Amino acid sequence: MASRIKLSEVSVGDELPALSMTFTREDLVAYAHASGDMNPIHRDEEFAKSVGLPDVISHGMLTMGRAIKVVTDWIGDPTAVIDYSVRMTRPVVVPSGAGVTVDFGGTVGAINDDGTARIDLTATFDGQTVLGQARATVRLA
Amino acid sequence: MSMNREMIGHQYPASDSLLVTHDVIRDFALAIGDDNPIYVDQTVAQSFGHATVCAPPTFPIVVTMAAMEKSFHDPALNMDFTRVVHSDQRFEYVRPIAVGDELVVTTVVEDIKALGNNDIATFRTEVSSLGELVVTGWSKLVVRGDE
Repeated sequence: MASRIKLSEVSVGDELPALSMTFTREDLVAYAHASGDMNPIHRDEEFAKSVGLPDVISHGMLTMGRAIKVVTDWIGDPTAVIDYSVRMTRPVVVPSGAGVTVDFGGTVGAINDDGTARIDLTATFDGQTVLGQARATVRLA
Repeated sequence: MSMNREMIGHQYPASDSLLVTHDVIRDFALAIGDDNPIYVDQTVAQSFGHATVCAPPTFPIVVTMAAMEKSFHDPALNMDFTRVVHSDQRFEYVRPIAVGDELVVTTVVEDIKALGNNDIATFRTEVSSLGELVVTGWSKLVVRGDE
């Protein structure tokens, strides 16, 4: 585990470089195959609407998988993430066509006695938060 | 219909194993849109001190979700899996997942509680390779009750 960021370089409140990522229907199909989650609410518009959703929605786990990129791009080595948790508070609705953009951010929330740091993550779509209590613990160099 | 509280603490038999290959890691990294070369290039992985390519932080869902889904169908659990919403997920690592691991999941029903008409079930998934714990997952699922 070799983070390129040193513990001595970070302070509580520091912001990590933000990211924006596009979610398209094709992305959801690719994620369904890679993850094994073939629920039709992630690909079939008619089915999604029949269960009361506005349209096809993203896998919550795809949003979780993408949000951590804010941290892993920053530290370089993804294996420095030793704990990662999220609450999936709202779905990312993905209409057909060009898709939608989700904005991801991260802030150093705490520096722990054991030399790890807690990063608090945000994910925003259509002006609303889609992940709550999103936190990663990272072991810095 | 509510879930059977007597199943709290129940442990399901270990899942079939998944051999972690370069291909499954590359496909998962591509699917989450993560272009970090460490997921595809052994030389880059080695420059960070790893013996081989390691997996993205949320990769264990590939094995934990399948293992949990098997338990959802256990009649003793009395869980209406057509009404399940995944609300929370956590992964706590002992060490990274790497190419060559043979991942096996043990699923435990950690908790079931009521919230209004809904049941909130927490499943703990212990992912090991060759008998050694690698990562523990916790998945909280909301089973929507009758309106």
